Amino acid sequence: MIQLRAISRDYEVGNRPVHALSHLDLSIARGEYFSIMGPSGSGKSTLLNIIGCLDRPTAGSYMLDGREVAHLGENDLTLVRRHKIGFIFQSFHLVPRLTAAGNVELPMVFAGIEKGERSDRADRALEAVGLSQRADHRPEQLSGGERQRVAVARAIVMGPSILLADEPTGNLDSESGGEIVRLIEKMNSDGLTLLVVTHDPAIGSRAGSQIRLADGYTSNK
Amino acid sequence: MFISDLILFSAGAIRKHRLRTVLSILGVAIGVASVILLTSLGEGARQYVIEEFAALGTNILIILPGKIETTGMAPFIGGTPHEITIEDIQVLRRQIPGVRNIAPIVPGMATVRFGEKSRDITVAGTTSEMQGVRKLHINIGRFLPPGELDRGQHVCVIGPKVQAELFAGTNPLGEILRIGDERFRVIGVMAPRGMSLGMDLDDVVFVPVIRAMKMFNREGLFRVLIGTYSYQDISRLRAAVLAFMKQRHDGVEDVTALTQDSVISTFGRILTILTAVLVGIAAISLSVAGIGIMNVMLVSVSERTREIGLLKAVGVSSSQILGAFLVEAAVLSTSGGAVGLAVAFSLTRVMRVLYPSFPIEPPVWAVLSAILVSISVGMIFGALPARRASRLDPVAALAKR
Repeated sequence: MIQLRAISRDYEVGNRPVHALSHLDLSIARGEYFSIMGPSGSGKSTLLNIIGCLDRPTAGSYMLDGREVAHLGENDLTLVRRHKIGFIFQSFHLVPRLTAAGNVELPMVFAGIEKGERSDRADRALEAVGLSQRADHRPEQLSGGERQRVAVARAIVMGPSILLADEPTGNLDSESGGEIVRLIEKMNSDGLTLLVVTHDPAIGSRAGSQIRLADGYTSNK
Repeated sequence: MFISDLILFSAGAIRKHRLRTVLSILGVAIGVASVILLTSLGEGARQYVIEEFAALGTNILIILPGKIETTGMAPFIGGTPHEITIEDIQVLRRQIPGVRNIAPIVPGMATVRFGEKSRDITVAGTTSEMQGVRKLHINIGRFLPPGELDRGQHVCVIGPKVQAELFAGTNPLGEILRIGDERFRVIGVMAPRGMSLGMDLDDVVFVPVIRAMKMFNREGLFRVLIGTYSYQDISRLRAAVLAFMKQRHDGVEDVTALTQDSVISTFGRILTILTAVLVGIAAISLSVAGIGIMNVMLVSVSERTREIGLLKAVGVSSSQILGAFLVEAAVLSTSGGAVGLAVAFSLTRVMRVLYPSFPIEPPVWAVLSAILVSISVGMIFGALPARRASRLDPVAALAKR
């Protein structure tokens, strides 16, 4: 479902061009469990942002579910993100003034889903991550592992086809980190395509398919 | 996306920072309150001046014989102009609607004697309606009696100065004054009034009009004062009276009608400009309040950069983010407007209690525009921060520390 062909992403830092990604090819099938590993600065976050339609490649082709999205306009990319992609971040990115349920509802609020349906779907998503008891708690009242589970619930609530996790355990102790990994792996086994970016080989090596990035190039194993 | 959700979302963001929210709301409230208060004051002053003028006699139309023209040749068709007669005003009274009261005046100088004291003063012939036209107050006794205009008793009403000079302050009611060669019984003394419309109302003796015409050997009336029901009615009545007199005088327009219109409209203009200046000054405070809102919104955008990045990541469009921040600014400024309205209304109420004679009332247009302006202040000064928020690059916004 994801097909990258000759993807490059160049930045300008000062007047110096930086090649974050160079001529990268990648295919990910539906339902696959995929990991991208590499040291910091290897371009793995850039790759994740491009796959997540937060960023556009400088050159190359990106087919998502049979549609070329590499050069879509901003509004179209927004819609792709809204309906197809769920993000999980290292630092959770929960809105501190909203409850767990409020955070999970957030994408649905702006997608124009009605209040009744919103809270039903948020309840189910929180149940899926085992946080039904905590729906009314604000992020500051939750542990790190619980916060990341709220973020997982938010990522799946719009029914995406891909779950993108950027260092999902980076801010967690190993126990709750392990719980999060098992949680998203379970979602993968239920059919969700899962893409994990990590510098931690212990996590990345659990994936069915793996690539390793160095300086913008793949070094496939 | 529902607007109620958007407002809830924005209000939630505002509530997070109570102090700075309250301060920026206060800024708008002060601006809105001062706009409303100053317009109310200006409007009140205008109303007050117009009403005072009306009390002095602005809704008086003055008719005099002869045509006053500043340009062109005087028409000599009828030779000397027609006099205005008592009969004219009697018919006019019956035929022209909108005449509240009508009083002739025939003045002259005469020697007035009581006992050994005498005094050369203005003696004015008029009718009972003069009291209503000029809003004269009677100190003791009563004014000239109503009755047939062409049959006048030998009675008179004197000004307070005449009383002081001739009667040395004693009660003159029932005493006999000699005016010229005739004897008049004093039936009333007026309250002090001073100069008005070119006549010292304190130093005057009013007698029935027919007595004055005989005494001064006049055929016609010197002036006719017509009181109207409202200030607005004057120009209509003026045209009607001129047409009426022209018809009675064989189609010759040979009377002049004067109003105090120009005086009032000048004062009205001055006070309108004054109000505009006051509103302008108040508007400055409103724009300062707008800058306060812009500042708060810029801080809010900068603090919530990561939240904006997250919103973009979960599929919130740039225009929705723009809308959310605009609504947030509008919620701030509109609450400020509401507080300002409440403050302005309670202050004007207090002022009405303290100064009941001063008509202070927030004009409807000022209230409506204050509400509109406070919303648009939020929109205008929120536009820049909101645009900044909507244009953030999601990758950079998410990565911000």
